[in-house]
Amino acid sequence: MSHESQRTTTTERGRIQVTGFDTSVFEDRDERFEWQQAESTVSRERWTRAWERFKRNRTALVGLAIIAVMLFTTVFARPIAFEGVTIQPFSLAPFDPTASNFGALNQPPSIAHPFGTDWSGKDIFSRVMYGGRYSLTIGVITVGIALSVGVPLGAIAGYYGGWVDEVIMRLVDILYAFPFLVLAIALISVLGQGFWNMITALVLVVWIAYARLLRGEVLSVKENEYVTAAKALGARDRSIIFRHVVPNAMAPVIVQATLGIGTVVLNAAALGFLGLGLEPGSPEWGSMLARGRSSLIQGQWWITVFPGLAIFLFVLSINLVGDGVRDAVDPQGDSGGNAGVR
Amino acid sequence: MSLQRYFVKRLLVMIPVLFGVSILTFSLTKMLPGSPVDYILQFQETTPGLREQLEAQYNLNEPVYVQYWLWLRDAMVLDFGDSLISDRSVSGAILRRLPKTLLLGGGGFLIAVTIGIPLGVLAAVNNGNTIDEASRVGALLGIATPNFWLGLMLLLVFSVQLGWFRVIPPDMPTLSLPMLKFVILPAITLGTASSALIMRLTRSSMVEELNKDYVRTAKAKGLSERTVIVKHVLRNSMVSVVTVAAIQVAFIVNGSVVIEQVFSWPGVGRMLIQAITQRDLPVLQAIVLMIAVTIVFVNLIADLLYSWLDPRIRY
Repeated sequence: MSHESQRTTTTERGRIQVTGFDTSVFEDRDERFEWQQAESTVSRERWTRAWERFKRNRTALVGLAIIAVMLFTTVFARPIAFEGVTIQPFSLAPFDPTASNFGALNQPPSIAHPFGTDWSGKDIFSRVMYGGRYSLTIGVITVGIALSVGVPLGAIAGYYGGWVDEVIMRLVDILYAFPFLVLAIALISVLGQGFWNMITALVLVVWIAYARLLRGEVLSVKENEYVTAAKALGARDRSIIFRHVVPNAMAPVIVQATLGIGTVVLNAAALGFLGLGLEPGSPEWGSMLARGRSSLIQGQWWITVFPGLAIFLFVLSINLVGDGVRDAVDPQGDSGGNAGVR
Repeated sequence: MSLQRYFVKRLLVMIPVLFGVSILTFSLTKMLPGSPVDYILQFQETTPGLREQLEAQYNLNEPVYVQYWLWLRDAMVLDFGDSLISDRSVSGAILRRLPKTLLLGGGGFLIAVTIGIPLGVLAAVNNGNTIDEASRVGALLGIATPNFWLGLMLLLVFSVQLGWFRVIPPDMPTLSLPMLKFVILPAITLGTASSALIMRLTRSSMVEELNKDYVRTAKAKGLSERTVIVKHVLRNSMVSVVTVAAIQVAFIVNGSVVIEQVFSWPGVGRMLIQAITQRDLPVLQAIVLMIAVTIVFVNLIADLLYSWLDPRIRY
């Protein structure tokens, strides 16, 4: 009898008659096989498995531990106040990192000053503790912004191809012609010195690496059947790119981004050393070495040894973590060290 | 795509890149706050007459695209005008300092290759055992050490403490014995990070080659381990090392800007930093453009070499 009732409800001509099942059952099945849900559990499992692999990597955990200690010392080195409200009241650093003491210039390491004092009597131990704030935030913020620029542009270039790809990749090629520091130096000469100007210059240099890497991955990922399937189901380009293509192409980008924090910190320190980074006298690790050469020649080794060791230790730890991340998320992708270095 | 067609396509792609590079370099000075005349006068007070005269002399009253065209036309024949500080020809000053930078860069490159490739081969042959692990740690240390700090430490130990080297480079011609002796420390500083990268790459591409069938065939027909590695595996894995060696050119230019500062080396990198602190725009533009064009050509050569060495590769 249902045969009859269906026929009467259809008024349009030429419609295919589908008969023999209950519509309520049909809707049930559709919900149960919701493909977006299935996809998200798969990717969640993938990241859990990556974390399991990472946890077993002892050298990577050592790196993570060193970074945690450095983060701890730098956060608690001096109180942190936000808009007049003190958020973090502890002060582990024995001296104010920016206060000059003209009674104690160029003091070698002692109990009062474990790392000695510099040419204006500032305590180097306190400055090294505090200086992590600059390097760590510059590294993380720069890579974060660079990813948010490079990932969409790389994905769009790789997915659409054609003239969009040509335009974006030619722009990348043009910027790639300038070595990392030369471009950063040129941009800082235009923007001027300072924290945010330095980050802007570094972002403009760094994003191209992620765009280029992701585009290459997208080119191969978009050939997968599930992308064709998503297209056939009528998914919009935007959701195909960001739900299906990018998550599956991100692994090498995440590895490079982790290692990239190290690259950015090294280059930011180099800018500081050249006197082009933050304002002169800032307790940033690179800037602390800016006048290091002349004091070194006079035999005051402690002024250059300790800030440099801090940079070295941080970048080393980031590289240990980065190698661990690579083994965890992208086991085949040993490109041999940090390809992001230019 | 045949090799010739690929070569032609690759050359054509370079044209917009070179244009882009020149436009970016030219617009650097246009983005600076204030008028170029202020920089020419180094922000000193003058009469309006002199300002107008300077504007006419530097074509500043022309539209921007005309200014760009005039600048590009002169830049093509390496005429970048005079330095704002010394009133001497910019290209002349760069050419005088170029041999010093080439000596430093060449030394750094030599160290990177002579340390990186043999150690990479050694690590690959000993894949998985202690030597491989040691090389991995060594590479990590090499990459993580800030190059300028390594330079300062070498200067401290070998020049200040031991007195084996001078602290300041001798005022001698580039290819004189004291100069070649002095360049040792800066070259080691420059080459360290590159050698670590080249080592890791040589290792991974060799490990990949060692697992291929032809290696087993070569061993099966009775060739010695040494012959297999030197004659077959090394040759095939060098293809990817060539491209990385080309990337190292950019890396070495990058490093020399900082390292010239560490060792007071009178090269182009130091000139660039001086030009920025003194706001000497023609010098800044000339050096930045020169570096970028060099790297575009190095990348071109690397790509062509790569596709010539490995005929399977086509883009």
